[in-house]
Amino acid sequence: MERNLMKGNEAIAEAALRTGCKCFFGYPITPQTEISAYLSKKMPKEGGVFLQAESEIAAINMVLGASASGVRVMTSSSSPGISLKAEGISYIAGSDLPCVIINVQRGGPGLGGIQPSQADYWQATKAIGHGDFHVLVYAPCSVQEMVDTVTKAFDMADSYRMPVIILADGLLGQMMEPVTFPEKKTELPEKPWATNGHGNKRKHNIINSLYLQPDALENSVKNRFERYEELKANHAQAEAYLYEDADIIVAAYGATARIAKSAVNLARESGIKAGLFRPVTLWPFPVKEINEACKNAHTVLCCEMSMGQMIDDVKLALNCSKPVGFFGRTGGIIPKPSEILEEIKKTGGNA
Amino acid sequence: MAVVFEKPKALADITFHYCPGCTHGIIHRIVCEVIDEMGIEGDTIGVCPVGCSVMAYDYFNCDMIEAPHGRAPAVATGVKRANPDKFVFTYQGDGDLAAIGTAETVHSATRGENIVVIFVNNTTYGMTGGQMAPTTLPGQITQTTPYGRDTSVQGFPIKVCEMLSTLDGTALAQRVAVDSVPHVREAKKAVRKAFENQKNKLGFSIVEVLSTCPTNWGMSPVDSLKRLKEEMIPYYPLGVYKDKTAKEDNQQ
Repeated sequence: MERNLMKGNEAIAEAALRTGCKCFFGYPITPQTEISAYLSKKMPKEGGVFLQAESEIAAINMVLGASASGVRVMTSSSSPGISLKAEGISYIAGSDLPCVIINVQRGGPGLGGIQPSQADYWQATKAIGHGDFHVLVYAPCSVQEMVDTVTKAFDMADSYRMPVIILADGLLGQMMEPVTFPEKKTELPEKPWATNGHGNKRKHNIINSLYLQPDALENSVKNRFERYEELKANHAQAEAYLYEDADIIVAAYGATARIAKSAVNLARESGIKAGLFRPVTLWPFPVKEINEACKNAHTVLCCEMSMGQMIDDVKLALNCSKPVGFFGRTGGIIPKPSEILEEIKKTGGNA
Repeated sequence: MAVVFEKPKALADITFHYCPGCTHGIIHRIVCEVIDEMGIEGDTIGVCPVGCSVMAYDYFNCDMIEAPHGRAPAVATGVKRANPDKFVFTYQGDGDLAAIGTAETVHSATRGENIVVIFVNNTTYGMTGGQMAPTTLPGQITQTTPYGRDTSVQGFPIKVCEMLSTLDGTALAQRVAVDSVPHVREAKKAVRKAFENQKNKLGFSIVEVLSTCPTNWGMSPVDSLKRLKEEMIPYYPLGVYKDKTAKEDNQQ
């Protein structure tokens, strides 16, 4: 199969096209702009729709409209832009609409910076908008995995009629790696619920998130949470490395997991039995998988490009059965393998 | 016996939640009559707003979407871009369209988005109980302007059709009213023209309909229509502010 050397952001864009994404609506923001630039060139030539919106808010609502009318649709942004999309994401979830949202994270809060960060973990997994709902969150760690995740994300969004977020970061978006792409998808799922004109063949479809009667609203939320249970049971994903005999497990996701892997290898070289746990889905968090990966470890070290957000889920998943330490850099600083190794030595050595 | 008047087919046969004397009913009917006459119900997608007409998705028999507050033109843009051969309209009030959704309104217009916008202007936020709207008249008492709208404090009302008529993407910007039979007929003609524009891919068409809110104005339905005529029309003159088809006629 043909391999291409590609930037992460461009690979996401190409993968979306191959997965049958018909519409893209976005607003320029660093460090994800290559996604828009790539699609603005390609989509018109392939019969797709690329439209630069006047705001992040308009972009996510265009996504809502296109999704409601039955097509595969994507938007992308970076941290401050995702905050602006929050309202629309909540409506999309409340209306049971599928879409794919890319967050190429940068440092925050506020305008923050434009360097890589993982400070939106809480936002993505706990509070991406108002109300009782979740979105499916994937955290790929290589350009190839971003391609594979985009394909999967569209399928999952359609199957579960919910928004899917791909939580990348400036490092993954900007780095170049060789990738292979799947063949272009031609058969897409039917959407009998779509509002694309009833053609005098059926009763009108309604896409809506308003339920003024509390019991009706409770039912709709509960139905959605039943689907979440199915997701939790069947679609949590993780990867574990050198964990069988590990005394210490480093838990990290996305770009940080790659750096942590180097640190684990360095630790092994110096005789420390270290292993790595990398959640691939951040919501649902792979609870069973982390317990399996940590079964023989006496301690866990959570590493993030933030002040410590995923660590909450790590502790919850392990039910406080083991001490969980933390090491993080934030503000756009990428942790070095040597820094993580130091922490492994400190944390592991104390046990 | 000859049938001289009947409920349009595109209008659902259920009881509206609107207050007695509210003119939303007339405006819904007009839109549905046009949909019936053009035979496009099966190809039409309506987008309703947040406000009094939030539940309009139950009242129109075409496919319907309920949009976030102010975002109906963006939602409609998404539908229309994905389905360029379908008819797409939004139905929005003044708070929705001219306050929280101003950016979406202006940019849909300037893009020449090929949609129809039905803009119901009754100078107040009806659903939330009668607060000041972007269109509230100077001096008008509302729940949040209890001493009357003071333009030195709350600024001036927005004249939407005048503003949008300056944009090249606007195909039609027309203000109508539903306070009298001749005006209702005029309103229907304007809505028909807006949908015809969409059929002919001419761009963004907005019909602003001056409407009443007897409940929040604290007036009888009859007095409300009187206020519309005597206070609203002088501030918001009826007429065509932009019409690309007229321009083409002139050029010919």
